[in-house]
Amino acid sequence: MIQMKDVWKTYPNGVMAINGIDVSIAKGEFVYVVGPSGAGKSTFIKMMYREEKPTRGDVVVNGFNLGQIKEKNIPLLRRSLGVVFQDFKLLPTLTVFENVSFALEVIEEAPATIKRNVMKVLDIVRLKNKARFLPHELSGGEQQRVAIARAIVNTPSVLIADEPTGNLDPDTSWGIMQILEEINNRGTTVVMATHNKEIVNKIRKRVIAIEGGRIVRDDIRGGYGYER
Amino acid sequence: MKGRTLLRHGKEGVKNLARNSWMTFASISAVAVMLLIVGVFLLLILNLNHFATSVEEDVEVRVFIELTATKEEREELQSRIKLIPNIESITFLPKEEGLEQFIDSLGDQGEIFETLRSENPLYDVFVVRARTPQLTEQIAMKIEPLPYVEEVGYGKDVVDQLFKFTSFARQVGLFLIIGLMFTTMFLIANTIKLTILARKREIKIMKLVGATNSFIRWPFFIEGLLLGTIGSLIPIIILTYGYHKLYISFSQQLEFMVVDLLPANPLLYQVSSILIAIGAFIGIWGSMTSIRRFLKV
Repeated sequence: MIQMKDVWKTYPNGVMAINGIDVSIAKGEFVYVVGPSGAGKSTFIKMMYREEKPTRGDVVVNGFNLGQIKEKNIPLLRRSLGVVFQDFKLLPTLTVFENVSFALEVIEEAPATIKRNVMKVLDIVRLKNKARFLPHELSGGEQQRVAIARAIVNTPSVLIADEPTGNLDPDTSWGIMQILEEINNRGTTVVMATHNKEIVNKIRKRVIAIEGGRIVRDDIRGGYGYER
Repeated sequence: MKGRTLLRHGKEGVKNLARNSWMTFASISAVAVMLLIVGVFLLLILNLNHFATSVEEDVEVRVFIELTATKEEREELQSRIKLIPNIESITFLPKEEGLEQFIDSLGDQGEIFETLRSENPLYDVFVVRARTPQLTEQIAMKIEPLPYVEEVGYGKDVVDQLFKFTSFARQVGLFLIIGLMFTTMFLIANTIKLTILARKREIKIMKLVGATNSFIRWPFFIEGLLLGTIGSLIPIIILTYGYHKLYISFSQQLEFMVVDLLPANPLLYQVSSILIAIGAFIGIWGSMTSIRRFLKV
């Protein structure tokens, strides 16, 4: 599903973000990526959906080798993934429904399919009754649920979440985690970068800890392991 | 691409124009002003060309025949002139007819020359036309040394001056048009860049959910096309109206004018198509160059 072999990433300004990472994430896994700020978590995550390109080594995601992927195949890779961000990245002028359907429009789905699939995922994230709302009329947790709905609407095999609870209060965060677990239970691989110690310690999953651009710990049922 | 998607791109493009109405207004005005100037120049140059050609076509060599030449000698001269290459036509103009034309051309004032009919001071003349106006001089030089030729006349200076002026006008016009086109392109590129800046986030999200570059580009393409074409319609309306007015006032004073204007049809259709084409081109070009940078996500 996701494989990294001796991956290095040096930014043009000389910052060495990733310094030799080997990792393999299998289908259906739920993985936390933890580590202090500036440890390379973000770069690690961004390389999975090819926002960043590895300087060296192989990154293989859903069969695409991201070191060599052609520009025109990047959209195909991204359609096989769902990505959720800390800042939600919703379009403020579009309704909840439109924000989600957007992801299907760009891949030219039929309108009937779009409608059916959007309503289905809005049901999963429990926002069916707010389909006509604009993002600013929703709470932070609700906005993140819209973003999750958008990420999973084209039934990706991998869901990548970069600090999905970073902007949310604890109660809301639990709600988001519940949804992510539910998605994982349906067979979707979930990779989640997080700073949230309580969540990692309570909902025990595989934990990959990154420090100084290397994996310093990879536990099948690990805890957060950092005092913050 | 599916028809439904094209429709979506069209809608998006129009929506974006409406959403950034001030930018739209600025871009369209820029295109309109630029194309108005281009249009005026085009009309000017085309009419100048037309004028030059019509004068060029009037250029002829007048061969004055010696007064002492007999009819046989005159015919001999005619057959020798005919041997010169690149001659379009040669016509004989007897001095009586020449005087007649002269008096006619003066109108009422010609009457005072009526008395000349008995004492005709003119020469018999061969009027020789070259195949192209540029050959006139060459032909005149060849006729001059022939026997029974008193003198050869043609409007050398007029022709030369005219050629110089038209080619100068063409060059200046072309230079101006190209300069203006580039200025407008950059204006549009910048205007659209500003609207894209506001949509940078949207483009990034589109790319992250797997939109292809061409999918993102299409609405911008349509936007540029619309900006350019709408911008070209304004000068077309102004020019059509103005040219018709000018044409009418010109033709009313035709008798006093040496110049006549090209008829509005097909001239205005041709100029309009050129303006629309230029407008569409700079609109699309401006739009496409400004989006390129934002697609690298």
